[in-house]
Amino acid sequence: MSTVTETNQGRAPASAPVPPAIELMGISKAFGPVQANKDISMTVAKGAIHGIVGENGAGKSTLMSILYGFYKADSGSIKINGVPTEITDSHDAIAAGIGMVHQHFMLVENFTVLENVVLGAESGALLKPSLAKARGELKRLAEEYELDVDPDAVIEDISVGFQQRVEILKALYRQAEILILDEPTGVLTPAEADHLFRILRNLKDQGKTIVLITHKLREIMDVTDSVSVMRRGQMTATIETSTTSPADLAEAMVGRRVMLEVNKPPAQVGETVMEIKDLCVKDSFGVERLKSVSMSIKRGEILGIAGVAGNGQSELLEVLGGIHPASGGEILMGGEPIDLSVKANAGHRRERGIAHVPEDRHKRGLVMPFKTWENTALGYHNLPKYSKKFGFADQGAMLDDARGKMERFDIRPPNPQLIASSFSGGNQQKIVLAREIESNPDVLLIGQPTRGVDIGAIEFIHQQIVNLRDQGKAILLVSVELDEIQALSDRILVMFDGRIQGERLPENTDEKELGLLMAGVNPEDQQ
Amino acid sequence: MELLQLMDSALRLATPLLLAALAGLFSERSGIFDIGLEGKMLAGAFAAGAFATFAGDPSYIGEYWSVPIGLGLTDPLKIPLGSWGVWSVWIGLGAAIIVSIILAMIHAFASITLRGNQLISGVAINFFASGTTVLVAKQWFAMGGNTPSLDGSQRFSTITLPGAEAAADIPVIGPIYEGLISGHNIIVYAALAAVPLSWWVLFRTRFGLRLRAVGENPGAVDTAGISVVKLRYSAVLIAGLLCGISGAYLSLGTSAPGFSPEMSAQRGFIALAALIFAKWSPKGVLGAALLFGFLEAIGNKYQSIDIGAFVIPVQFMQALPYILTVVILAGFIGKAIPPKAGGEPYVKER
Repeated sequence: MSTVTETNQGRAPASAPVPPAIELMGISKAFGPVQANKDISMTVAKGAIHGIVGENGAGKSTLMSILYGFYKADSGSIKINGVPTEITDSHDAIAAGIGMVHQHFMLVENFTVLENVVLGAESGALLKPSLAKARGELKRLAEEYELDVDPDAVIEDISVGFQQRVEILKALYRQAEILILDEPTGVLTPAEADHLFRILRNLKDQGKTIVLITHKLREIMDVTDSVSVMRRGQMTATIETSTTSPADLAEAMVGRRVMLEVNKPPAQVGETVMEIKDLCVKDSFGVERLKSVSMSIKRGEILGIAGVAGNGQSELLEVLGGIHPASGGEILMGGEPIDLSVKANAGHRRERGIAHVPEDRHKRGLVMPFKTWENTALGYHNLPKYSKKFGFADQGAMLDDARGKMERFDIRPPNPQLIASSFSGGNQQKIVLAREIESNPDVLLIGQPTRGVDIGAIEFIHQQIVNLRDQGKAILLVSVELDEIQALSDRILVMFDGRIQGERLPENTDEKELGLLMAGVNPEDQQ
Repeated sequence: MELLQLMDSALRLATPLLLAALAGLFSERSGIFDIGLEGKMLAGAFAAGAFATFAGDPSYIGEYWSVPIGLGLTDPLKIPLGSWGVWSVWIGLGAAIIVSIILAMIHAFASITLRGNQLISGVAINFFASGTTVLVAKQWFAMGGNTPSLDGSQRFSTITLPGAEAAADIPVIGPIYEGLISGHNIIVYAALAAVPLSWWVLFRTRFGLRLRAVGENPGAVDTAGISVVKLRYSAVLIAGLLCGISGAYLSLGTSAPGFSPEMSAQRGFIALAALIFAKWSPKGVLGAALLFGFLEAIGNKYQSIDIGAFVIPVQFMQALPYILTVVILAGFIGKAIPPKAGGEPYVKER
């Protein structure tokens, strides 16, 4: 075999091996006692779409943040296009041709699209020439990659789908050859996600390398060429996507066989327990968030509310849960109206048999620096079972109760003295769930039950929800994960722009139809 | 005529507010709340008064400029001196800027590097300045916390604009030009010029874009490969500079004979109020500073205002800036939205 001498000019002859776009060797990173990445090595071929899957906290984002220079690795080295590269900050990463679309967009909300694209990549000390140059470049990129955005729109006025495009444009404007996307579809409608994948394939055809971090196995199967699986800070497998299946990937992620389907017997639906009539809600700016929403929930059913985040689902939960007052309409519990004014708080709702697992467990569900036994009693701390004479708190009873809950809900480590923030996302969620489910409510409101929760815990949480239903309780489930809604619900309502856009039974609908409803389109009207 | 005098007085009173509010504008637009404007002004005012005294007072000038450091040092610090006396006011100004910047850097170190609470750091600077200026003034000058009276080259002199006297007889325009526009010292004009300059820097330069971005979303700046820390330090540095000038104006540019204890008289807080009233915009800062200056001028001139039906007490005028600020903050007149990342130390999220 004759070796071909590579030259720096022009393209290397086809027979010469193209160095991989990304080569990570022995990357380790610890945050205090937590080893986020352990000796990780990974190779991504040039021009490939490479997926990284793993549970929350498996270290995917940390690994990519190291590649992007956001964090510094404790040890290990990086090669970009075969060249050893020292990446100490994002500036180095950008210089090496790496762009990243973060899970939480890194955009300045009151700046225009153009200003956001230019920020940090200005061509001189004065803005005018930089903006003019970027305007032309954006136009070209928009045509090339289906990435059209109004350059003069202000970020806070455009939808998250467009905001994400701005993030991609930012990377392309900086001439990124490698694009990292961290959980890009979490905030998108199915249609927007499809558009994103079209853009990604387009970028791939232009020779760009793409790394896609996700926990959605379906996306991995649909769009990637190869996939790496991470578990507890380690890389457990790197596979060609075509040779694997979702079940195999899930097993590699969790380390054991996982049931992707929820084991759910048919619902035994009873009488109506909660009725919502023409409910309206205004936010603090006076904008209507709920526009005359009506629905009813029966005993023994799970009512799923689907929708893209920000279409009124959060407000619905907050009003039902007593966090936010209603501006109109009424709610009946067992035929009796409940007080919806400012005076009626979450405590009143609990008395009426409504328990609430809030969407944001850090802000609303738990007091993070409080101990587990305090958190499992909070909100119910005035109940006789937690009280001694003269209104003193019975800490012993609270502790015992917390121990029981930790055992029944498999919360690990089972130590009620640990503070809430020291638990993993899944275990934190189980703490909230244990408190609310064991309060024995008539209606359980539950928002984003598995956000930031690992697959193993998802299985457990879903089972708990179904069990509660089978005890004849009514469950109102709000989730932006369509898979979750479809798997759990006995009936699905789709919300769009503060209204109920449509009602479907899970067995009579599919993702496409629900996706259209979520985007505000009525499938019947389309034909 | 009376109105013209009031407006003339308003312009003078607005100057320190304007400079301090612009200082706050730079700092807060970068995400660093600055409640220590007051302290920096006060310390600047003292430094200006003290060093203008040293440079211009013959009793301190000999072969050496001997600075009576005191505080345990037996020999006074000797700095060889030529004929610096004519530069007194500028030495005073320089000292004010340096002292104010030192305090600003303490605030920056506490709130940016150490990620401390910006309000607490600002309050600490106010207390520090309030106590230390009097203490050191008593030690150095033994005049009950005052500096000696300053005059001549120790003060900013008024500038008569070309043709002011000749124009005085022209109706309407003449008195306005002669009585209102002409006849202020350099700091007044500099403060006015600082408004469009600040606007230009913030909205027309790369530095300004980045500075505004870091006050809204430091993560966006960090991931764009720009140092959040350096940007915020520069913004706080500019705030220190402007506060120093504002302080020097108080002791060297007003009718006050020199520095006196607490001479900033809460102007730092009025400046903060002006900044909120202005909704963090340079143009608004000009309007707010002039309005608050005008209210103060009315309060100085009249003991009470009789508008026929009832009498408005002067205290109401003095309270008006704060009342207006509360009204603005409560959202009655448009909404004042502070920079989103203001007050929050930047920590890379995990």
